[in-house]
Amino acid sequence: MSDERVVSTATNPDIDAAGFTADSKVESILIAADSKPAAKPEGFSVVGKALPKTDAYAKVTGAALYADDIVLPRMLHGKLLRSTQAHARIKSVNASRALDLPGVVAVMTGADLPVKYGILPSSPDEEVLARDKVRYVGDPVAAVVADDELTAEEALELIAVEYEPLPAVMTIDAALRTDLPKLHDNPRRTNNVHKEVHLEFGDLDAGFAAADQVFEDEFFFEGNTHAPMEQHSVVASAGAEGKLTIWASTQTPHYLHRIAAQVLQMPASRIRVIAPPVGGGFGGKTEPFAHELVAAFLARKTGRPVKITLTREEVFFAHRGRHPVKMKIRTGVKSDGEITACHLQTWLDGGAYGSYGVATTYYTGALATVTYKIPAYKFDGCRVFTNKPPCGPKRGHGTTQPRFAFECHIDKIADALGLDAAEYRKRISVDENTTTVNGLRVTSCGLRECLDAAAQRSRYAEKRKMLPKGKGKGIGIAASAYLCGAGLAIYWNEMPHSGAIVKVDRGGGVTIYCGTSDCGQGSESMLAAIVAETLGVDVMDVSVCASDTDLTPVDLGSYSSRVTFMAGNAARQAADGVREKIALVASEKLGVSAAQIGFARRRVFDVNDPAKSLTFLEAVQAAEARFGTLAAPGSYAPPRHAPEFKGSGVGPSPAYSYSVCVAEVDVDLDTGEVLVERITLAHDVGRAINPDSVEGQIEGGVYMGIGEALMEESAFRGIEHKIPNLLDYKTPTSLDMPPIETIIIETNDREGPYGAKEAGQGPLNPVIPAIANAVAHAIKGRVYATPITSDKVLRALDADGGAVLRVRRAPAHA
Amino acid sequence: MSIAPAKILASLSINGSVVECAFNPNKTLLEVLREDVGLTGTKHGCEMGHCGACTVIVDDKPVLSCLALAVESIGHAIRTIEGVASEGTLHPVQRALAASGGAQCGYCTPGIIMSAVALLEQNPTPTRDDIAQGLSGNLCRCTGYSKIIEAVENASADLRSAP
Repeated sequence: MSDERVVSTATNPDIDAAGFTADSKVESILIAADSKPAAKPEGFSVVGKALPKTDAYAKVTGAALYADDIVLPRMLHGKLLRSTQAHARIKSVNASRALDLPGVVAVMTGADLPVKYGILPSSPDEEVLARDKVRYVGDPVAAVVADDELTAEEALELIAVEYEPLPAVMTIDAALRTDLPKLHDNPRRTNNVHKEVHLEFGDLDAGFAAADQVFEDEFFFEGNTHAPMEQHSVVASAGAEGKLTIWASTQTPHYLHRIAAQVLQMPASRIRVIAPPVGGGFGGKTEPFAHELVAAFLARKTGRPVKITLTREEVFFAHRGRHPVKMKIRTGVKSDGEITACHLQTWLDGGAYGSYGVATTYYTGALATVTYKIPAYKFDGCRVFTNKPPCGPKRGHGTTQPRFAFECHIDKIADALGLDAAEYRKRISVDENTTTVNGLRVTSCGLRECLDAAAQRSRYAEKRKMLPKGKGKGIGIAASAYLCGAGLAIYWNEMPHSGAIVKVDRGGGVTIYCGTSDCGQGSESMLAAIVAETLGVDVMDVSVCASDTDLTPVDLGSYSSRVTFMAGNAARQAADGVREKIALVASEKLGVSAAQIGFARRRVFDVNDPAKSLTFLEAVQAAEARFGTLAAPGSYAPPRHAPEFKGSGVGPSPAYSYSVCVAEVDVDLDTGEVLVERITLAHDVGRAINPDSVEGQIEGGVYMGIGEALMEESAFRGIEHKIPNLLDYKTPTSLDMPPIETIIIETNDREGPYGAKEAGQGPLNPVIPAIANAVAHAIKGRVYATPITSDKVLRALDADGGAVLRVRRAPAHA
Repeated sequence: MSIAPAKILASLSINGSVVECAFNPNKTLLEVLREDVGLTGTKHGCEMGHCGACTVIVDDKPVLSCLALAVESIGHAIRTIEGVASEGTLHPVQRALAASGGAQCGYCTPGIIMSAVALLEQNPTPTRDDIAQGLSGNLCRCTGYSKIIEAVENASADLRSAP
């Protein structure tokens, strides 16, 4: 561990801060891992600085226009009629009476737009509006547009739907039964299994045979939802010339563009998708939704703009949230703890439709090997359909649930072997520049640095010994790894995953065009910072034009923590393209080689003699005179290194981030209430382009992890969502948050833009098991299912030590 | 055409100006601000008083505009996010939030700012706990509240040091 610690932000004192530096009171530490080259961001003028976000002014003044803030002349308002049945055949839909209501302009049923679709090409099982069958309470069946929202809502009451109810399939166990009706007609299945995965790597039998001890556990991770503060909203408008424009609160404008073209059967060139600032996503806005396609269809049909904004209850129905997953883990270890083999089984409750579920299924297994060395690994995954709102990707997509299970399991192993849980994890940590048994390429890896930093800053070992087990106070640790973007696009193609264009104006202004969608993670500020750094200008000189399919090159979207790595690299390449031209002209004017030209503080200069310089403006004008319009494209495609097997597309990433969380809790042994007293989280981000933004992502991940660990759950009463509102669906408030210490570890990834990896999702994953492990330290028993609510804690206390709270027998695989 | 009751004409005092507007009397203050006055800075996140995104200040008190009828606000002084900055100068709460990264997706931000401004007007020297209490009705899914609370602390210090 390096002793070098730079409090707050690392800046180069020789270079003036552009804008103003935040006066951060939160204790934050940047630690340069000593084994890595050039980890200190010396010489950067923008990268590494805690600058305000480029959209901060718009967001604090209320000027930022979100989708629902858009108002167009003659705009109509749409509403969806949703199923009251969990599982039923639709015998008839009669919307004619709704049309008679004054103010209603048009109605729509499933027959109007019958093309099936799905975000994954492998599971196109959704209809814009249900035609033959409804599959969950809340499944859209019909739609109305009217002059105002109230009239549209009233008109829904006049639509008559005749249902023939079918038995509802509400649990994983029910879905595995062969005597219940199938949600989707799949002749290859006798039950409601959607996807099965069976993968094996290395010699499992030999691995278990070599083990001194074999540990086995079962866990359950409850489903929960994103609950972004902004309810999904769309405005669609068909221009007089027939071009359709869709403004949607989406993390993936490109995928909406593709699927709108497919479902509306229009050329993609006649559709423009724009994502205005998105009011939170967390994975919940990464695929096309019925309301978006309905608005598009009805805008064309009526010739008037149509807006549909979901109510909060409808947001719970749209869902695509965290899959409930039950998990079984079996691990063989040597007496010193070295893992010899691991077998992981997962059962995912997918809800009514495919969504990203095939990928989610693979993700529950794929990244198990990226944290600790596992020489032999078997994974069996099974996703089922149930009559509930469809599950999909939520922050940590499919890896959060097994990380909870695995980190609790590892803690139990450490306890059983009498090992310090932090030191043990360090010993079995994966190494940098290695390949896992399932063929995943690990490059930079700061897991050991994260373990050291989090354990030292929290005084983990000391407190673990000092606090007597089972007396109400506990401390727990957990680690994890996450992707920096999926190695493969969700539809097969050989094109870049991210594209960007940088254009420099003869007035010295720089514009970057890129298809990224900013859902609050700060992608626009990241793009501006990378371009400003490359061209040596102020961040405020850079305009970001993003998320508009007409104007920007494709970026696949804000999911899988891919944007900084992929769009950042594309932006850097584009900026380098312009920089080369400027450098060439400047080198001629200054009489030095182009390689010797530096860019900083709006000047272009000889790096060996900075007095020899041009202003950026002079250099730009000379370059435009020489080359014409100054612009350059950039593209990024991740390296292809996936081994060849079915399912190998899920798991590879150009790099992995690493996180370690230490949680300190106080459990009331009388009431079972868990209070998180302090969180310490160390995250290997590669390089912090903006340390404030990285901290913000870490703190947000900690917050969401606390919610998932202690209170958030998608609960059902019979066939209905029990709590589809923000009062009963508990999320942490400002009163529930403990002090958080964040530690940024920089490993300077060799392929990341300026060395950066990701921070959006990774830091959430270790929080939940760290809290679970702290609770297990504070009480004698252990809670094996999330959320860790008082009733479960009390039952674990009753069981008095190590008892399994909940066992659902693992069904045999076909 | 609409099934809504006939509009009424009313004068509302918003951000120091009198605004004359016609609206259906069954509309909430939130709806009238956003739809009839065009002040879209005030957000909606639940329409049930659960999330705080729609917070405005009425007569110096924070109010959930989704639970108030617009007709109830006639004769009262309404302040929205659009009226917090004066002549292009950000309020210290806005400045501190922008500087610290306390606004991520920004959707809860207007409501947070209104709650914080009302808090600081009533209690210029809040403790960290006072701030957490004052903002406990405003949900934020992005930030974990740390940078927001820190920003309000900074704003409070700023306001006190101002001449």
